[in-house]
Amino acid sequence: MPEQLIFAMEVTLNGLMAGVLYALVALGFVLIYKASGIFNYAQGVMALFAAMTLVGIMDGQVPFSHLINAIFGAHITHFGWHVPALVAIVLTMAVMVFLAWAVQRFVMRHLVNQEPIILFMATIGLAYFLEGFSDLMWGSEIKTLDVGLPQGLNVWIDEKTYNIFGYGFFIDNLDIVATVIAALLVIALVAFSQYTKEGRAMRAVADDHQAALSVGISLNFIWVMVWSVAGFVALVAGIMWGAKSGVQFSLSLIALKALPVLMLGGFTSIPGAIVGGLIIGVGEKLFDFLIGPLVGGATENWFAYVLALIFLVFRPQGLFGEKIIERV
Amino acid sequence: MLDSTEGYTTADGRKIGGVVMEMKNITLRFGGVVAIKDISFDILEGEIRAIIGPNGAGKSSMLNVISGFYVPQEGEVWFRGAPRPQMKPFEVARQGIARTFQNIALFEGMSVLDNVMTGRLTHMKSGLLAQSVWRGKAEAEETANREVAERIIDFLEIQAIRKTPVARLPYGLKKRVELARALAAEPKLLLLDEPMAGMNVEEKEDMSRFILDVNDEFGTTIALIEHDMGVVMDLSDRVVVMDYGKKIGDGTPDEVRNNQDVIDAYLGVSHD
Ligand SMILES: Nc1ncnc2c1ncn2[C@@H]1O[C@H](COP(=O)(O)OP(=O)(O)OP(=O)(O)O)[C@@H](O)[C@H]1O
Ligand SMILES: [Mg+2]
Repeated sequence: MPEQLIFAMEVTLNGLMAGVLYALVALGFVLIYKASGIFNYAQGVMALFAAMTLVGIMDGQVPFSHLINAIFGAHITHFGWHVPALVAIVLTMAVMVFLAWAVQRFVMRHLVNQEPIILFMATIGLAYFLEGFSDLMWGSEIKTLDVGLPQGLNVWIDEKTYNIFGYGFFIDNLDIVATVIAALLVIALVAFSQYTKEGRAMRAVADDHQAALSVGISLNFIWVMVWSVAGFVALVAGIMWGAKSGVQFSLSLIALKALPVLMLGGFTSIPGAIVGGLIIGVGEKLFDFLIGPLVGGATENWFAYVLALIFLVFRPQGLFGEKIIERV
Repeated sequence: MLDSTEGYTTADGRKIGGVVMEMKNITLRFGGVVAIKDISFDILEGEIRAIIGPNGAGKSSMLNVISGFYVPQEGEVWFRGAPRPQMKPFEVARQGIARTFQNIALFEGMSVLDNVMTGRLTHMKSGLLAQSVWRGKAEAEETANREVAERIIDFLEIQAIRKTPVARLPYGLKKRVELARALAAEPKLLLLDEPMAGMNVEEKEDMSRFILDVNDEFGTTIALIEHDMGVVMDLSDRVVVMDYGKKIGDGTPDEVRNNQDVIDAYLGVSHD
């Protein structure tokens, strides 16, 4: 087998795994957008906030210690204990549910029936607020996140591929775990929305507010629930990304990776987010591998957007989005 | 004459009971527009109560007050013998009051069956954990609810379209699906806002028959708004007549038909 082809296979595999994570982040957007028509610009910052909270809880950091120390002239930073990863994840999830409630209670509830652009602006405000709030709560230094996920070269794949192709694929264990978890989460989310009464209510709210109210669904409850689910998705994405490249501001930029995925998959489609994520993941890695050297590399930064733009021209509603028919 | 507290038996043998719902001195304003002006009336258990009146009379507004979509500035709503505190529409629905809308509000992206199933939401009790971990009980509940939904689908003769996405249905069938969803809640009080608007004669006859059957077989109390006077006279036990936000008549179809104010309103005689 020609060497190029073998390398391309390895690149494709890596692309698929990156794609699953993109899909996961994109799903967070789709959920909120479907249920409330809000494009949640803060989704990426929510992932950052979730990861910072998780690290903070695990390390026994005192929240708001800067503030406390500045006011009281103290020098406390840590409680001096360590919380096991699983417990910390559960606690972080509770924080994300609280955040969902607060967003609904203090922001979105006052903006019901406003124009989508107003809601969008509100989420931009929320993003910057949350960014500052994370720093205030947990400090702005770069942190490492280690929840005990396996990392490094997967030897089994390396050996197997070496035996077959005479070349060992480099696949990171973390990527494999992330892919499996993300895939499980995606399945769980789909099952939730299809087979539970809360999921049915969520789809009802996404479809028609008035009708949903008339069958006894509390919009407020559903919105808090949806923001909580989006918070959960953000937490998972934050863990994966954080474990890979540390918990720092750039983590919030994963939201920018989700945007082209949404343009490709459609803003309202769960399958669209999944397929879109995979296409972008594989596409950007393969493109960088094949065309990158010809144009001086670093195509990963813009490829996704260009692909999405080309796509938009020919299919503005996305792969699976409903066809937009203007009534005139 | 009617007795509002004791109840009576109609000519066709249906039992009408005591007061289920009572509107007391309801006034509803939108800025300068007074949609409802100091209106009182009651709805008896088991009866079909019609609300009629010219366009813009405030009929839909009244239905919206009953179902909690509008909050009146003045007056009280009494439900089953007690004043009802201010409630959100979803809370009213959970009390057993189902409704349809003048402009049809269905879940267009769902199938007919899924739409009807949403009507069962108020009857679903299993918690999320039970639904995801211990499926046995939740599945039994789902099956029971599904059976109710299917029975209503049969009842309204829409079996043929049960899997069809609602968006693809013609107007007349959509109205019927909306009724099915409301019925799926097994409501104590059913509110219908112009259930026959825009239908042809045949569809109207079907719908009239369904409304009578629902009332007869399930004993459901029904309040409905309708423009077609013939239909109203055939269906209803008692009629409230509204005009410009005021109540100008209240009584049996015969009484209302012979009421001079009502005749004037419908013939367009100018006020004063
Ligand atoms: N949400 C609202 N905001 C402002 N004004 C309203 C609102 N709803 C109703 N109105 C006004 O209240 C008055 C009564 O309207 P309503 O819809 O209750 O009449 P209706 O009797 O149902 O009429 P139709 O037979 O045309 O359905 C009208 O003047 C209408 O413009
Ligand atoms: Mg009306």
